[in-house]
Amino acid sequence: MANIHPAGVFDTTYEQDMSVDRTARDKLWKNLAFVALLLVPLASVSGPLELGWISDQYVGLIARISIFVIAVQGLNILVGYTGQISLGHAAFMAIGAYGSAIMARELGFSFWTALPASALLTGAIGLLFGLPSLRVKGFYLAMATLAAQFIIPWVLRYPLEDLTGGPRPLSVPAPIIGPFVAYADDELTDGEPFAFQAGDPYFVDVISLELTDATAYTVVELVNPAGDVLPYGDVSMTVSRDSAGNITRLTYIASKAGEYQAVVRAEAGGSFKAVVRRSKALSFATDIAMYYIIVPLAVLLMFLARNIIRTRTGRAFVSVRDNDLAAELLGINVFGYKLRAFFLSAVYAGIAGCLLAFERNSLSLYAFELDISIEMLAMLIIGGAGFPLGAMFGVTFIRILQEAFIPFLRPWLADFLPQLFPFVDAVNITSAINPIVFGGALIIFLALEPRGIAHRWEVLKAAWKLRPYAY
Amino acid sequence: MPVKLHVDKISLSFGGIKALNEVEFQVNAGEIFAVIGPNGAGKTSLINSINGFYHPQAGAIIFEGSDITHMPPYKRAALGISRTFQNIALYTNATVLDNLMAARHIHMKTGMLSGALFWGAAQREELAHRRRVEEIIDFLEMEHIRKSIVGTLSYGLRKLVELGRALALEPTLLLLDEPMAGMNIEEKEDMARFILDIHELQGTTIMLIEHDIGLVMDISHHIAVIDFGVKIGEGAPAEISRDEAVIAAYLGEEEH
Repeated sequence: MANIHPAGVFDTTYEQDMSVDRTARDKLWKNLAFVALLLVPLASVSGPLELGWISDQYVGLIARISIFVIAVQGLNILVGYTGQISLGHAAFMAIGAYGSAIMARELGFSFWTALPASALLTGAIGLLFGLPSLRVKGFYLAMATLAAQFIIPWVLRYPLEDLTGGPRPLSVPAPIIGPFVAYADDELTDGEPFAFQAGDPYFVDVISLELTDATAYTVVELVNPAGDVLPYGDVSMTVSRDSAGNITRLTYIASKAGEYQAVVRAEAGGSFKAVVRRSKALSFATDIAMYYIIVPLAVLLMFLARNIIRTRTGRAFVSVRDNDLAAELLGINVFGYKLRAFFLSAVYAGIAGCLLAFERNSLSLYAFELDISIEMLAMLIIGGAGFPLGAMFGVTFIRILQEAFIPFLRPWLADFLPQLFPFVDAVNITSAINPIVFGGALIIFLALEPRGIAHRWEVLKAAWKLRPYAY
Repeated sequence: MPVKLHVDKISLSFGGIKALNEVEFQVNAGEIFAVIGPNGAGKTSLINSINGFYHPQAGAIIFEGSDITHMPPYKRAALGISRTFQNIALYTNATVLDNLMAARHIHMKTGMLSGALFWGAAQREELAHRRRVEEIIDFLEMEHIRKSIVGTLSYGLRKLVELGRALALEPTLLLLDEPMAGMNIEEKEDMARFILDIHELQGTTIMLIEHDIGLVMDISHHIAVIDFGVKIGEGAPAEISRDEAVIAAYLGEEEH
């Protein structure tokens, strides 16, 4: 007999009814999609298998989409589920980004500790800017969060300029795992350069120069494969000094392959003991390696958000959004849950900001301005606010529109738009293509599908489950 | 019978308007207590004061022997006070099931972290409360609308869902603000049956506001009458129906 599927899903237990994947087939598709996502970098041009099926730019694109999916999912928890408007989300990302970068540069945190630490820091500051929600709602709350969008970047730019570099870009070291056991120990003699091979993009060498028993002022130098003496402020270098200010240890993470040189010179009459120790560490300096941090983390955070939303906390969030009087009546501490939503939303923004810092290796305040906050709100609306997958759909749609579709249409639009608006300077129009297409997409969605792509997706999914019947 | 709720001479005014003026009464545990009165008499203000939306300027509200006058509404809910609204305050974008599950809030412990992992205790708790909610759905005979979005339901059904949500809190004092307003006769009879069932099966103390005098006389044990914020009568249904002040308030005085 042919295999006949029932039209519709028939649950027999409450577990089945509560689960996210209603059928085994749902679960299979979801797992297949995840595995496919993990295989993308392997099939890319510069992937380790050198298959070259997928252009490198898509690896970076998916990683950037994933980072913004995390940020917009945070916004979704706050705006979509709890109904509190925020116009300061990009500023919270800036705290995550600059917080983690400063922790890594100045405080010696590794990426793995800077990530949760900066997320919690952002959460705490999110909590602070959530306090006005006790008294104000809607547009007034939007104005209060707008304050965050102006105060935070200002604080980062001026009062904290020494740490953040102000308007100049700030470089961020790549995350590493390790170093593992040292594989080479070489003793240095006074003034004689010691040369060695090191560096690999994935499995980097950690070079550690240890100085003991110095009797006079000593100069320590490390020369990279290009022949330049590495400056002490380099992000990959950490320097420890003793109480007298003399260098006791210099550590450098060598990711560029080639010949390195180490030289130690003591002032006249001085002596010292110096050892060059080399060990290997796993580095995430490349786009492909970062992909394997970002994408699984994004999937994990989407999973956690999904569970929060469908359990007690999430129901309390929705209660606050839909009717805050009734929420109090049910024993829900409305202000407490608003603050929780602000915290959670800021934690997600902080994680996204931290990932953005370490993915780009370089930070600039221009990436966290008001237009980014508004763009994230628009992504959420297009994707579907208050839907578990809203953030994913919205970010993917807008980013593909911006990074793949607009470059494709640009020549045609550059030709067509000046004819449509002959009274505007042609140069101005071509530079406005991005916002024009973005605004157009937003207007189309607000008019035709205000509940977003995720709503359409759920309608389609329900219809597919019921096929061939309509009800 | 022990006293469940003691409203001790509360006065509530909005600017120059005195909504409640030294209103006092006691609700005994396990009874159905009705508050009646003409429109604008202050009945809803009274319920809002008991559940904490309004704070009376004078007097006290004593629940099970402790003073709750200055307690925020969400803490009163945890004590076992639950209510329905005259003009329904449900979550219209959510399903009936989600509305009832949201009302299990005070009985659940899952926090943000354990909820995020949805593993072990969190999952078991979710299941246990789902079973309890299904019992309420079963009790109120609304299995067929379990997964309907509340916004798509009829007025009578919404009233029922709101009663279900109030029950999901497992209250010991249930405040019903005009549970039968705008219903047809069958729906009213159903609602009256549910109220009596709740009272008999769960021993819940019920305080209700209702305009249908005939029905109030039939189901309640004790009645208080309010007019212009002042209590003008109190007693068993039979006494109330003979009380001259009450008749005057409701039917108007005869001209002498």
